[in-house]
Amino acid sequence: MDTGSGGGGWFSRSRTVAKPGFSRWMVPPAALCVHLCIGQAYAFSVFNLPMTKLIGISESAPDDWKLTELGWIFSLAIFFLGVSSAVFGRWVEEGGPRKAMFTAACCWAAGFLISAFGVSIHNLWLIYLGYGVLGGIALGIGYISPVSTLIKWFPDRPGMATGMAIMGFGGGAFIAAPLSVWLMRKFTTETHIGVMETFVVLGIVYFIFMVVGSIIVRVPPADWKPDGYVAPKENKLISKNDVFVYDALKTPQFWLIWWVLCLNVTAGIGVLGQASAMSQEMFPGLITPVAAAGLVGLMSLFNMGGRFAWATTSDYIGRKNTYFVFMVLGFILYCLVPLTGAAGSVAGFVLCFLIIISMYGGGFSTVPAYLRDMFGTRYVGAIHGLLLTAWSAAGIFGPVIVNYLREYNVTHGVPKADAYNNTMYIMAGLLVIGFICNFFVKPVDSRFHMKEGEAGAGLGAAGQAAKA
Amino acid sequence: MENNQNGTTTLQLVLAWGFVGIPLVLGVLQTLVNAMKLFQ
Repeated sequence: MDTGSGGGGWFSRSRTVAKPGFSRWMVPPAALCVHLCIGQAYAFSVFNLPMTKLIGISESAPDDWKLTELGWIFSLAIFFLGVSSAVFGRWVEEGGPRKAMFTAACCWAAGFLISAFGVSIHNLWLIYLGYGVLGGIALGIGYISPVSTLIKWFPDRPGMATGMAIMGFGGGAFIAAPLSVWLMRKFTTETHIGVMETFVVLGIVYFIFMVVGSIIVRVPPADWKPDGYVAPKENKLISKNDVFVYDALKTPQFWLIWWVLCLNVTAGIGVLGQASAMSQEMFPGLITPVAAAGLVGLMSLFNMGGRFAWATTSDYIGRKNTYFVFMVLGFILYCLVPLTGAAGSVAGFVLCFLIIISMYGGGFSTVPAYLRDMFGTRYVGAIHGLLLTAWSAAGIFGPVIVNYLREYNVTHGVPKADAYNNTMYIMAGLLVIGFICNFFVKPVDSRFHMKEGEAGAGLGAAGQAAKA
Repeated sequence: MENNQNGTTTLQLVLAWGFVGIPLVLGVLQTLVNAMKLFQ
């Protein structure tokens, strides 16, 4: 199969094309090897409070890092996730998933090791560089390679397929949150907090895991279809035509979906990155650090489950209707969160957060199928990579809104427990805008569809056609 | 599960799913234990 990837030996795309008899059910575990590792990003908040006490140990010293400074680590990682998925999306398509997964493994492990060094010499810029930049690049490359591959293996259930791939990313914190807390406890002494050692161990373990995924993964042969595959029925919102990757940028549909994703993610990510600290401050004495780590893990369960459940649901009710549910139900729940805080209802608070997080995850897992419906399957991976810049933007907006509004409220005399209320109402407002954007998503105009010759051309040839 | 009679074996599938499934299940169990602490 000529993919235009040329040589490259064991890493080349041509070496990963599945031989007859290969089961497509081997691909989800390969995808999970990568996504479970990079999904650790969702559990990064368990390091926030320990990293504010690296010098003071029992409490923050004047020279210790502040939460607002540490919040930028996660934001940077998400920013570089979007940048790298947009920049390297086409390279991932041409080079194949094995090369991409191995590259992601190297960047992810290096990010942890550099960050460990940053912690050991107490240099925050090294952590920004390590976890933020290198880790972010690993997130972007690692994220899109199995997603695109799984869509190709499961053309009969695109929502379920993207759900399977992306649920691994949501499930990463399942493993990372308790593992990180356990490792930090093992390495912490009376005079030292074991963040550095934990970073080193995580870097090594994740590298091994991701390399195994790159060994297992395969791409389907050209024009492969599963046994008994039947093309979907006629539907205006499911295009049978392909749109070239850079032509997609010229359509209003791309940018409307970009805003839908950005707003949905901003609302979710704003509370996700600070979930541990936020829950402890809204319910002081009721939620301990150990319980907060449990909340992070529980949110991961719903984040992961929501990715599979909502994306699979979208195969039946449609992508547009699925996003309508996210926006309306999300609006109601964000408005309810301050009420649960005022009532001191931990159960109500947790329930609201769990449903919000399930829809946050569902937004990610449903969007590749939404893109496939709008722009066809030909360049869905690369278009998905471009769309993930919405995630980057949300990675900046979300934590910034939460952190700085909290600081503003606290410095103006608002009790810590009430400091997040205004933020919740702003998030609810964002979902109203998202609802309007989703409402205006219509089928792509036929002038953007690729012609017969272009559709049959390889990736490189299509690129040439676009340049001409 | 199509086309696996001459290629992928059941053992390979079990090993592959076990490799990701076992840590995931352990993580789920640990999560549930921690979730109990949340409501205590």
